[in-house]
Amino acid sequence: MSMKLKKDTPLERLWNGLVRENPTFVLMLGMCPTLAVTTGAVNGLGMGLSTAAVLILSNTMISLLRKVIPDQVRMPAYIVIVASFVTVVEMLMHAFVTGLYEALGIYIPLIVVNCIILGRAEAYASKHGVLASAFDGLGMGLGFTAALTIIGLVRELLGAGTAFGAQVMPDGYTPISIFILAPGAFFVLAALTALQNKLKAPSATNTENAPIACGGDCTRCAGSCGAVNHEAVVTARTERRAAEAEEAARKKAEAAARLKAEAGEKAQAAALAGAGTAADQTGKEDADR
Amino acid sequence: MSSFTTILLTLITTMLINNVVLSQFMGLCPFLGVSKQIKTALGMGAAVIFVITVSSAVTAVLYRFVLLRFDMTYLNTIVFIVVIAALVQFVEMILKKFSPALYQALGVYLPLITTNCAVLGVALTNVQKDFSIGMSVLNGFGTAAGFALSILLLAGIREKTAHNPIPKSFRGMPITLLTAGLMAIAFFGFKMLA
Repeated sequence: MSMKLKKDTPLERLWNGLVRENPTFVLMLGMCPTLAVTTGAVNGLGMGLSTAAVLILSNTMISLLRKVIPDQVRMPAYIVIVASFVTVVEMLMHAFVTGLYEALGIYIPLIVVNCIILGRAEAYASKHGVLASAFDGLGMGLGFTAALTIIGLVRELLGAGTAFGAQVMPDGYTPISIFILAPGAFFVLAALTALQNKLKAPSATNTENAPIACGGDCTRCAGSCGAVNHEAVVTARTERRAAEAEEAARKKAEAAARLKAEAGEKAQAAALAGAGTAADQTGKEDADR
Repeated sequence: MSSFTTILLTLITTMLINNVVLSQFMGLCPFLGVSKQIKTALGMGAAVIFVITVSSAVTAVLYRFVLLRFDMTYLNTIVFIVVIAALVQFVEMILKKFSPALYQALGVYLPLITTNCAVLGVALTNVQKDFSIGMSVLNGFGTAAGFALSILLLAGIREKTAHNPIPKSFRGMPITLLTAGLMAIAFFGFKMLA
């Protein structure tokens, strides 16, 4: 899954957030909402989109102010900016999507302490232009939305037999209701990370000690949770590339050796062909084999 | 007597029935990240109890006497997160100055807590449920004690399973999450108490 795109262009940022550094599947950030609100696909989608809105707004604002905010107080400044946008989003949701607002409850104001937002502010928006930062927020937000929707969909399917509220499982299916309860969230995520380990997918959990590196320290870590997880992913990726290259080289050598052997066999068959039609037949068969 | 019953009931509810990590998913990062050893889990748990209790007192006072009085409750989130961030710094400085022993024990963990979502979560829950100041402190203490309890339990289990022959793809994060899931089922049983 590699795509050659010019760095820091809108499209590259989108691809980066959605796939290459997906905040949930790859960087393993923002675990609290990932587990808490994914009881259904709709809730996951709603949470993802509200986080995306905050991400785009805060990334844009922080990028605009990046030359104004003094370095020493940047973290408090970021927190205030993020908290303001969260409040705006919360009020809008209260006014226009009351059902979702009530379903997500306290997790809407808790978007403030979502590692992804401060992480992107520190790691990207504070160092790049407005357009790239906005698209970085959009990409990360959509990546988060996609991940939350997928996890929510899996939990809803198993736990209630529905998808986006519509019945999809056959009537004979007894919902495993634990999947929409709290323990189910842990199990789904455990299965997901185990699958990533098994498939050796690029993820922060793949490294030996499985660091969720931040330890919950979003202000002090200064985006290092993103950075450290990012590092883990990059190291894993380079190692995998190296292993793949080695494997390819080995295969090439093997193929060459096989070709040589086959050529020898063919020569032998050709020699046999001169002996007679019966022998020719077997020789051909040999060669075909 | 009745006030004693209230206190006991609140503590049971916040610690066990509505356990902050296992049923509300707040403070998951430290729960998963700092639970490798009982010793660090103990430090983290103690620091969280300390900070959440103090911060729920401060935010409750601030809410009652400033935000509510001047009709500015829409600023809750912004004010609380800034106050919490400042408070943690402040607590760290005070501990360093006046109680080096306590600072030695908790110091490393304090900065880790600023944006532990449980801290902000408790402050917001207190407001949403319109708790009095005393009740807010109690709720904060109970919630934090629930966090400490669950991180200690998880650390204990992780220390035991560290040397077990776990399937390769389940090593690290997946087995920790599975353990947490089983703990969540156990804590789910407390719902019957309610």
